[in-house]
Amino acid sequence: MARSLIHAPATARKGEVVEIRTLIAHPMETGYRAGADGRTLPRDIIRRFACRYNGEVVFSADLYPAISANPYLAFSVVADASGTLTFTWEGDNGFAQTESATITVS
Amino acid sequence: MKARGAAVAWLLACAAALAQTTPANTRRSGFETMSPRIQAMQRDDQQNPGMLWVADGEVLWNKIFGISFSCASCHGDARKSMRGVAAHYPDWDPIEKKPLDLTQRINLCRTRHQQVLPLPPESEEMLGLEAYVAYQSRGMPLTPSPARELDAPRERGRRLYEQRIGQLNLSCSLCHDKLPGHVLAGATIPQGHVNGYPTYRLEWQGMGSLQRRIRNCLSGVRAEPPPFNSDEMIELELYLAQRSAGMALETPSVRP
Repeated sequence: MARSLIHAPATARKGEVVEIRTLIAHPMETGYRAGADGRTLPRDIIRRFACRYNGEVVFSADLYPAISANPYLAFSVVADASGTLTFTWEGDNGFAQTESATITVS
Repeated sequence: MKARGAAVAWLLACAAALAQTTPANTRRSGFETMSPRIQAMQRDDQQNPGMLWVADGEVLWNKIFGISFSCASCHGDARKSMRGVAAHYPDWDPIEKKPLDLTQRINLCRTRHQQVLPLPPESEEMLGLEAYVAYQSRGMPLTPSPARELDAPRERGRRLYEQRIGQLNLSCSLCHDKLPGHVLAGATIPQGHVNGYPTYRLEWQGMGSLQRRIRNCLSGVRAEPPPFNSDEMIELELYLAQRSAGMALETPSVRP
């Protein structure tokens, strides 16, 4: 199912600072909450997010249990070349998702 | 004489305002009383987590269920066929001879036409489909169904809304008609309009239906909430839709 939303501009001027916004569906279960049966629910969080711009990491973040479900991250990058932005989320229970967006710099 | 005429007119205006505790021109969507940051979150489709459910709903709309039918097989492009549909639910169903809300209507399509099991209330699939259908009416005014058969259940809904209930002995009306704008346990009491469901609540960290919201309030006043899709629930939904008639639909809304 479609489970992430990414906003990245399709075009930019060289040297322009552009804002990237990402949102991903994830329960971000803390590992501290009790379920309906009283047992503690096992932790299930995204641990790391990274954005690569033509292969080079331009932004990354470590995520912790206090971050709410469906984490939203916004950050800026300097548009210096046309190419691909790749977004990866990695977490507990082998969670891994990769999305990409193309940007044309003139 | 002129001054007396004006005074009489003013008194009449006051009487009219008292007769209807929330007149149309003072109605405020819950959107207007929340913080600018949450408002920005709702406005921006790339930031609004409810859009994840809308996207899921679109996938389900085109997915083939049961005897080789998808929703789209009959209804075609939801952007055209479902435009304005959510704005008049709950509506009267002449075959079932009872009022149905949007989720029950979706489930009827599943059992009658697709011949598959109904989706459980509050399941991610149901919330997705409901959000996707309601999203097609975003920005349109709520226009409750004019079917005459709905008058009696809607009136029962009004009585439920005004009836004191639970250990705290409160009615819906006491907070949402008499005290909106005041603060209850750190949260601003909204006027309780139903123009954004299903809604993404930050407190829930997920999507939820109007019925979930009502059950939430009822357990808050320590009353026993009626089960999902019970007659009382649908009657309350009918009255609430009438109460918010004319307000623009915001689905998927974001609330604190």
